Amino acid sequence: MGIISEKDREQLVKTLKPLANNVRIITFTQEFECENCKITRNLIKEVSELSDQISFETHDFVKERDLAKNYGVDKIPATILLGDRDYGIRFFGVPAGYEFTTFIEDILLISRRDSGLPKEVLTELSKVDQPVHIQVMISPT
Amino acid sequence: MANDYIIGDMVELSEFPQLAVKYNVQGVPKIIINEENSLVGSITEMEFAQAVLKAIGK
Repeated sequence: MGIISEKDREQLVKTLKPLANNVRIITFTQEFECENCKITRNLIKEVSELSDQISFETHDFVKERDLAKNYGVDKIPATILLGDRDYGIRFFGVPAGYEFTTFIEDILLISRRDSGLPKEVLTELSKVDQPVHIQVMISPT
Repeated sequence: MANDYIIGDMVELSEFPQLAVKYNVQGVPKIIINEENSLVGSITEMEFAQAVLKAIGK
């Protein structure tokens, strides 16, 4: 019995069918797993099984401290979405509920290697020449 | 995705309640840029891009 229902699974397979490019997902958890880490790991694993173009790996937040640090992971569960490179997209906590939709949309954006932002917004953002850390605080709906 | 300098985190506050206290979150979504700049509620993509530039003094 999975986390994603059979009905949702069918829909998701259709949504993820036209993946333009491969997407890599990394989840940080730890050996003595917190409940939400376990849910996240199982959920992402199920998502990765919906498409051959999605790869999934888990890493240990405690044992692989340096790797976690490289990805800017300071708390778990943490999920990172990558394309050919790191686009700076992280989810902290279970990407469930409304966030699950965002998560799936992000997979599609990364597969297209395109943020989908309007040209004028991209022009503004191209002026950024130093690190910017954006944290979007959300709560379950 | 638009710029490699930018990292975007989605943070589920129910799992990290200490951050709701740290950033004094009373309404969601609340966006924190480089720890000290914040935005609450929904804004347009352009307003958001401008807030990012403002945060780095541009």
